[in-house]
Amino acid sequence: MAERVRVRTLMPPGHVRAPAYLRGKTGIIERALGEFGNPEQLAYGLPAERKPLYRVRFTMAELWGDRAERPEDTLDAEIYAHWLEEVPDHAP
Amino acid sequence: MPHDHHDHDHDHDHHHHGLSPSGHPYRQDDDAPLTYWQRMEIAVRELLIEKGVTTAAEVAAQIDLMDSRSPANGAAVVARAWTDPAFKERLLQNAGDASREMGFDIGPLHLIAVENTAETHNLIVCTLCSCYPRNLLGLPPDWYKTRAYRSRAVREPRAVLAEFGVELPDSTTIRVHDSTADMRYIVLPARPAGTEDLREAELAAWVTRDSMIGTGLPRAPQNATQGG
Repeated sequence: MAERVRVRTLMPPGHVRAPAYLRGKTGIIERALGEFGNPEQLAYGLPAERKPLYRVRFTMAELWGDRAERPEDTLDAEIYAHWLEEVPDHAP
Repeated sequence: MPHDHHDHDHDHDHHHHGLSPSGHPYRQDDDAPLTYWQRMEIAVRELLIEKGVTTAAEVAAQIDLMDSRSPANGAAVVARAWTDPAFKERLLQNAGDASREMGFDIGPLHLIAVENTAETHNLIVCTLCSCYPRNLLGLPPDWYKTRAYRSRAVREPRAVLAEFGVELPDSTTIRVHDSTADMRYIVLPARPAGTEDLREAELAAWVTRDSMIGTGLPRAPQNATQGG
């Protein structure tokens, strides 16, 4: 998994645990947490695949732009690997 | 037979809700029909008992166990970390195992401790629902589950902290942690200045519930003669 990642902008129906306010936002992997049962299947009592889970750190500037209280403050969230896409280091 | 309903006349109601006409606080009877999920819970529980999967006593014992968990458990963990550097190291490595090591039965909880320092202040929220380290700290406060806290903590944490009476200098970086999946979080507050001579048990009295959520800071116990 790349250091820099973007949360996918999918809007699937049903139970997901990638918050809407983080979709499309770019952050860095703070740490890998190991593999956990996919909540999108567990929520419906289905057999769940195990999926890698990461803590991703975003700056408040990335999340809220000019409206951030203090741009360098951060937000960490746990995001499953299938919700993340790699961002090349040289990307803007 | 219901009592008279003059309190329910909202258009002309000048009484405060939750107060009787004599000013005595009361809670309205929950005479509303059961919700879908309340019916579901009762049905599943009764079926499990009927089929011998569990018993009413076991259900009551689990509720007792949850009610017995309190912020005092987390306070003991924090106080140990303040006085034992090796334990603090283990806590920051794996807070679940460190809590178990102190004898707390926290089940399968995956716990991460985040440390407040002179440069960093941590704040915990669950924007999606109300994830909280219940197995260590007990039930979350009601405000933790409100839409206002859940939406504002990630958007304007400094304004939220100010409302809790926590004013941080602009040089402090705030790190908000949104418990979106399988981990739960506890803030390891910074040990207050002036507590150098206190022992572990005394220090635990300084650790408030809010200081472990990040909406507060440790403070001197209100009743200094308490404890021991």
